[in-house]
Amino acid sequence: MQYSSQAVAKPYFIAAIGLFVGQILFGLIMGLQYVWGDFLFPEIPFNVARMVHTNLLIVWLLFGFMGAAYYLVPEEAETELASPKLALALFWIFLVAGALTILGYLLVPYSGLAKLTGNDLFPTMGREFLEQPTITKIGIVIVALGFLYNITMTILKGRKTVISLVLLIGLWGLAVFFLFAFFNPANLVLDKFYWWWVVHLWVEGVWELILGSILAFVLIKTTGVDREIIEKWLYVIIAMTLITGIVGTGHHYYWIGTPEYWQWLGSIFSALEPIPFFMMVIFAFNMVNQRRREHPNKAAVLWALGTPVMAFLGAGVWGFMHTLSPVNYYTHGTQITAAHGHMAFYGAYVMVVLAIISYAMPILRGRAAANSPRAQVWEMWSFWLMTISIVFITLFLTGAGILQVWLQRVSENPEPFMVVQEKIALFYWMREVAGVFFLVGLVVYLISFFIGGEEEATA
Amino acid sequence: MSETFTKTMARNIFYGGAVFFFLLFLALTYDTHGELPKRDNRQNLTEKVAMGKMVWEENDCIGCHTLLGEGAYFAPELGNVYKRFGNSKEAIIAFIKSRPAEGVEGRRSMPQFNLSDEELDALAEFLKYTSEINTAGWPPNIQG
Ligand code: HEC
Ligand code: HEM
Ligand code: HEM
Ligand SMILES: [Fe+2]
Repeated sequence: MQYSSQAVAKPYFIAAIGLFVGQILFGLIMGLQYVWGDFLFPEIPFNVARMVHTNLLIVWLLFGFMGAAYYLVPEEAETELASPKLALALFWIFLVAGALTILGYLLVPYSGLAKLTGNDLFPTMGREFLEQPTITKIGIVIVALGFLYNITMTILKGRKTVISLVLLIGLWGLAVFFLFAFFNPANLVLDKFYWWWVVHLWVEGVWELILGSILAFVLIKTTGVDREIIEKWLYVIIAMTLITGIVGTGHHYYWIGTPEYWQWLGSIFSALEPIPFFMMVIFAFNMVNQRRREHPNKAAVLWALGTPVMAFLGAGVWGFMHTLSPVNYYTHGTQITAAHGHMAFYGAYVMVVLAIISYAMPILRGRAAANSPRAQVWEMWSFWLMTISIVFITLFLTGAGILQVWLQRVSENPEPFMVVQEKIALFYWMREVAGVFFLVGLVVYLISFFIGGEEEATA
Repeated sequence: MSETFTKTMARNIFYGGAVFFFLLFLALTYDTHGELPKRDNRQNLTEKVAMGKMVWEENDCIGCHTLLGEGAYFAPELGNVYKRFGNSKEAIIAFIKSRPAEGVEGRRSMPQFNLSDEELDALAEFLKYTSEINTAGWPPNIQG
């Protein structure tokens, strides 16, 4: 570790991994509820499990992004973090607030939680991914501001690199677009229109800047390729992201009451959104091929190569599959969407966070540049287990989705939703089995942290 | 990448592209706001509908159902349920009221929310209003 304040990244990474485990357990509960309808009913209704699953996902990714920033920014800026104390305080605030919110979901009926937190005074709850009580949302904003202050001040007083600048823009964008979570008009169309300013402009906008920046950092460190080359690539990639992705928001404005010209705009621009993901693949493989050193952390390189490949598949290929409006007319809000959501989130954001953790954690634990080869073998097994499992989850959901679309929306005698769901239950069983393999991969991942073995020479 | 294409050029494309397309997006948003009154059924957006939306949100119906194709994929689409139930608010109310608290054995179950008559009526009114939004012909058929 070059700067002692980088150490604050460690609790962030540990919390991220812990919440990841929780996310997957609730995923498996829901997967079972899909085929065994009243499993855990009425104690944990499906909607509660779902908000726990998706909110844990978002929160642990945010922990991962923050940890990444605390690790990477001092090194890029060549200076200590502005305030390690603030970083640690915010860690506990965020963790406790997050835990209380999740407990609230699980222990109080949702309408009770709404009453308890005064949702009627400032209603923001009850929308997908934005289920948090308003008070939690305000807490998120406060934590984000403190975090951004810390990171911004660090960069201002130190060296300004493209990587840290792009990260900073991405993180500010994340906070700014989150503010639309507070806009909840009674007009459903307007509500939906601006809801996507949070969701779409996050994952297909500013988060991609964060993704690109973290990936570029790991590649510089593990390949030793000239910074100039990497930074040029980074600029081109994120330029393509925003050029295609901002107006690409239109692929969500086909059927929610918005004007029909969005069908053209959304289709054309979002059809171009796979380009930056494809460039990321070329970029990562080129850099690794041109490497100037053999970094001992093979696992980190594997994650860094896996990220763009899986992001391209999940976001690029599976996104393209349903993004043209004549296709989306049939696939909108089906298992096709769920299939895409899983592979895209895993490939882009889960994997990039695991990549920076893989690179940084050994150093944070004082293990020189890498874990022992034995620990890395375990970690690489977990890479393959989780990645192949998510591929199968995606394939099974896609199978379910195709049948669902056919039986419910295309065939001459469209059948009711519930009838169709029963007919395609086999696919949900297979998804659940793949999910169990994912959990096994995650356990292997956890074990890899506890494997010692001989250490490399201390740096 | 080639040497003639410099980092400065890449940077300018990033900033220029981001600003240009964001402004374009804002302009389109402005235009959309102008078009919405013709499509979003706001003439029927009464106090009761607003209350219904609040009941909808405070019980997290979106955590199992889709509404205009967005939400969860566990239970039927509700954007057109008013029409599917024969343009009947009463049928919607009766359905929600009749959910057994312990669920339906072996079947995906919907909770019993114990809503008041006023809340039920508002909820049904909200679903009626939603079904009258101009969604460009979506969903493809009555099954949602
Ligand atoms: C825990 C999941 C869950 C939640 C939360 C939920 N529902 Fe449902 N809902 C279902 C399921 C499952 C069905 C299908 C029931 C069946 O066919 O046996 C359903 C069916 C319906 C139907 C009939 C749809 C049709 O086409 O047959 C309506 C109307 C409805 N729900 C309204 C609501 C409203 C309003 C809310 C919020 C107050 C809500 N639901 C919350 C699971 C849920
Ligand atoms: C890493 C980037 C991405 C992530 C994490 C992601 C994630 C998601 C998620 C979670 C949803 C479901 C939203 C909901 O619940 O309503 C969704 C919807 C959608 N995504 Fe993506 N996505 C990404 C990139 C893309 C790209 C590049 C495209 C197009 C090429 C795309 C096309 C779509 C479309 C068309 C929908 C709407 C599906 C529907 O109509 O039901 N996505 N995405
Ligand atoms: C490992 C086993 C997993 C299982 C069984 C599982 C299951 C599920 C289920 C049943 C849903 C709800 C679908 C619905 O609305 O009907 C869901 C939603 C979601 N899950 Fe998972 N999940 C798993 C892992 C993951 C992972 C690893 C990620 C992240 C990369 C993830 C991200 C999401 C997202 C983003 C949604 C919302 C999707 C949308 O709105 O389209 N899940 N999951
Ligand atoms: Fe999108």
